[in-house]
Amino acid sequence: MVEWSENERSIISNIFSNLDYNDIGPKALVRCLIVYPWTQRYFTSFGNLYNAEAISTNPKVAAHGIKVLHGLDRALKNMDNIKATYAELSVLHSEKLHVDPDNFKLLSDCLTIVVAGKLGSAFTPEIQATFQKFLAVVVSALGKQYH
Amino acid sequence: MSLTEKDKAAVKALWAKVSKVMDTVGGEALGRMLLVYPQTKTYFSHWPDLTPGSEPVMVHGKLILGGVTEAVSKIDNLRGGLLELSELHAFKLRVDPSNFKMLAHCAMVVIAIMFPKDFTPETHVAFDKFLAAVALGLSEKYR
Repeated sequence: MVEWSENERSIISNIFSNLDYNDIGPKALVRCLIVYPWTQRYFTSFGNLYNAEAISTNPKVAAHGIKVLHGLDRALKNMDNIKATYAELSVLHSEKLHVDPDNFKLLSDCLTIVVAGKLGSAFTPEIQATFQKFLAVVVSALGKQYH
Repeated sequence: MSLTEKDKAAVKALWAKVSKVMDTVGGEALGRMLLVYPQTKTYFSHWPDLTPGSEPVMVHGKLILGGVTEAVSKIDNLRGGLLELSELHAFKLRVDPSNFKMLAHCAMVVIAIMFPKDFTPETHVAFDKFLAAVALGLSEKYR
């Protein structure tokens, strides 16, 4: 089981309670689709993804970015049992969505960079380490039910 | 995933800004890497202090970023231009290539913090490609 110190819990809680999901969610997914274009393979129904401009202004991408970011809420509420909490979502991503789990890390790296850009120097090395630990645990849990 | 002319232009434009604060960026990136990816500390067991902001970290970070500046100047032939550095990494330092990605990520986090308006998704993809190409150039002599 993953251990969280009081400090780490407080850091994660603070990041998310001050997060503008409607801003950060879209920015993270947009960045992922631009920086790692092969991830666009999962969004063929989203319409125009032909270039960075199209991706950045695509309303379906924006809506989905918000949805995905809110997906992290369950980890926030169940930090001591993230693996079990994401079992259902893991099955969904494996059996229905057929997402290569390597992609989860790509999105989480983009999210880290977007949050860094938003928080600026407040995104200290310690806060970055805790945030990435949190994301790594979620990413691992999402890949757990693949077989 | 080779660098297009557009990528090279984006990298050079970004680096023109970054190089003005290069010393800080290097040290910051290295410090973050050691904290966020603790396994990377194994390469620096001979240092007295591995905490972000410490002297050995800042000095070494500056050295590494100097290498990146050299790579930017040789962007049209990274494989050839980085041969000497590759020999250093292959035969003396023997850094596992997976670590280059971790340092690259931390460098980009620092750049995103310091230049949020410049580090757009388009600049990000160009710079990510560039750092991947540098890593490849550095691993050229490994085997």
